[in-house]
Amino acid sequence: MADTPQKVASRPLSPHLGIYRWPVTMATSIVHRMTGVALAGGTLLVAWWLIAAASGPEAYDFFNSLAASLLGQLVLFGFVWALAYHMINGIRHLAWDFGYGFALKTADRTGILSFALSLLLAVGAFALAYLGKGGYYQ
Amino acid sequence: MSSLETPLHKVEGLGSAHSGVKHFWRQRVSAVALIPLTVWFAISALGLVGAHEASVLYFLADPLNAVLMGTFVLISLYHMALGLQEVILDYVPHEGFKLILMVLNHGFAFMVAAACVVALLRIAL
Repeated sequence: MADTPQKVASRPLSPHLGIYRWPVTMATSIVHRMTGVALAGGTLLVAWWLIAAASGPEAYDFFNSLAASLLGQLVLFGFVWALAYHMINGIRHLAWDFGYGFALKTADRTGILSFALSLLLAVGAFALAYLGKGGYYQ
Repeated sequence: MSSLETPLHKVEGLGSAHSGVKHFWRQRVSAVALIPLTVWFAISALGLVGAHEASVLYFLADPLNAVLMGTFVLISLYHMALGLQEVILDYVPHEGFKLILMVLNHGFAFMVAAACVVALLRIAL
């Protein structure tokens, strides 16, 4: 090749993530995978909650106080949103498995719906909790 | 175009990965099962927000709730192991590292499952 290294570098390369305009379907796909991996960590939260409940009032109060802290609330919000997103976008994947929703516009719309609905559910759940509408099994 | 598959390979239907649709199918069936279970879990968790230990014990001492919680945890971990396996196979090219991660993935799933089952049994029994 006669090209010098500088010339090679200045030539347009194939689309790279940094400059590529993300289509909705690309974002929903990678976020589905990321929420899935994050929810693997979420299983530890559920396990911790169950173990705390089985270990007596002190352990449970400790869990409760951590969950109520700012960091705890942020982690819990992330967990709730990830769970909501993975479930709703998972339903979208199941629809695809049955052959529905492949049209580009439809896939874009359902993708935006996955983001919007999961955020609404997570915010809604936290709003209910903060408005004192949670805790109905006490 | 004529197929290059041998008749035996075609009949076995296991494809080039030699495992057929087993992984795909198990992932979808567990996903469908998790839809109602997750809705139940979310409603239950919201109902126990801010509750003291006694309320949680009372809730989980109900056999129906204990069984549903156990099912939710176990199927979640099963679905998780299947999903993480897919991620590992996609992103980890090194055979040795891949093997270690696959073992850790399933070890993690079994350990968290055992911990949750022990906790639930201590509460429900």
